[in-house]
Amino acid sequence: MSSGFTNFAAQNGPDDWRDAAHSTGTSIMAAEFDGGVVIGADSRTTTGAYIANRVADKLTKITDHIYCCRSGSAADTQAIADIVAYHLNFHGMELGEEPLVEVGAAIFKELCYNYRDSLMAGILVAGWDKKKGGQVYSIPIGGMCVRQEVSIGGSGSSYVYGYVDANFKPGMSKEDCVKFVSNTLALAMSRDGSSGGVVRIGIITEKGIERRVILGNELPKFYEG
Amino acid sequence: MSYVLCPEIPAPGFSFDNCKRNATLESKGFAVPKAIKTGTTIVGITYKDGVILGADTRATEDTTVADKNCEKIHYLAPNMYCCGAGTAADTEMTTQMVAAQLELHKLYTNRESRVATANQLLKQYLFSYQGYIGAALILGGVDIEGPHLYMIHPHGSSVDLPYGTMGSGSLAAIAVFELGWKPDMEEEAGVQLVRDAIAAGIFNDLGSGSNVDICVIRKGSVDYKRTYDEANKKGVKQGSYKYPRGTTAVLSTKVLDVEEVSVTPIEAERMDVV
Repeated sequence: MSSGFTNFAAQNGPDDWRDAAHSTGTSIMAAEFDGGVVIGADSRTTTGAYIANRVADKLTKITDHIYCCRSGSAADTQAIADIVAYHLNFHGMELGEEPLVEVGAAIFKELCYNYRDSLMAGILVAGWDKKKGGQVYSIPIGGMCVRQEVSIGGSGSSYVYGYVDANFKPGMSKEDCVKFVSNTLALAMSRDGSSGGVVRIGIITEKGIERRVILGNELPKFYEG
Repeated sequence: MSYVLCPEIPAPGFSFDNCKRNATLESKGFAVPKAIKTGTTIVGITYKDGVILGADTRATEDTTVADKNCEKIHYLAPNMYCCGAGTAADTEMTTQMVAAQLELHKLYTNRESRVATANQLLKQYLFSYQGYIGAALILGGVDIEGPHLYMIHPHGSSVDLPYGTMGSGSLAAIAVFELGWKPDMEEEAGVQLVRDAIAAGIFNDLGSGSNVDICVIRKGSVDYKRTYDEANKKGVKQGSYKYPRGTTAVLSTKVLDVEEVSVTPIEAERMDVV
């Protein structure tokens, strides 16, 4: 019995729970639709092979109309999100109106690029503003920043690029987009061991955010052979 | 230049001056001294009127039990306490420092400290040391917003949860919570659940042991129950195994006088003054 544990620990590097960094081995997603964006994420955070949190919320608020989906190191992405939220709220007060999503994405990019050697963070910035409506910006690990109509991220995303390419259509209705995002995440979670739990959804429009949760036993089902 | 009246202020933070020397010593076969770790079970839950924190009391140094009854529930503010796992010195100093900052902040703002503030201070401090401060914390308290419980990891990430466990005994303890925790529990049931979770750590994890400490925080009052339960009570001996006086026979007796000692004080010689 003990040898099973020893081998397991050896395969997973140091077995000391303190040495393994917390990471959001993740499935995250954001997609533009007619009138806003839908963001989504699974709810699993892991320390090595241990699920440290099964109900995590990786959809993090920056302002009322800008959210981010976090993947990578939990500590790094939380720290970045806190700093961006500080800067953007300050900017919003100076501006006297809601900050633009592209400004939020630019601040994320600035931090992720300047500290690229010491950070492990893959972030999707999504939100709604008066100028360009619903927008999605992808900031992968090196600190690049690019606008996309739809974007996926995290370890689970590699399994569902094909599904996204086959099924995304520009200018979907809100409910069609929610269905598309929850299907994609359910597929990613079922193939990726580091993703799982519930699906958390956020729908950002002019009116702000609407949050939804799809419980583990209510996820859409696909071929399970 | 350093003067008595104007001493040089040492650089703040860690000094890595000896790292190269230590690496050389290690490569030549010298054993590296290990820090005392609290191989620990710490837990926390929210219940109807507040939060309940729990901890075991064993501190270990490698496989040796360094302290059989240490305190792992640290004071942060009158309405806030914090359980610590990981390196004992780090959890102690980190909580002490944040407790001081919260006290000053309270005096400055004339308001009761918020748990979210303590969480932010702790996580930003731990993040700035990139995990080198080995402190895994469960922060609990009640403020104007109600009861709050945060798990804070050594690298500086934190989560707000209704219940949670940390330390080497966290796996045993979380199993107890997953089975027994319900929203809006009564205090008595909550304390019993926390005791059971710590006991699971004490009995199933080698790094945890000895007693159960519990801290109940409600709105406006705190109950720190040091040694709430002795999980490992020593058995009471059924009979006396002492030999009565005279069991061993006296074969011979000899009494010696203590010699008198006289002390002669010697006058100290005067020093020459040049």
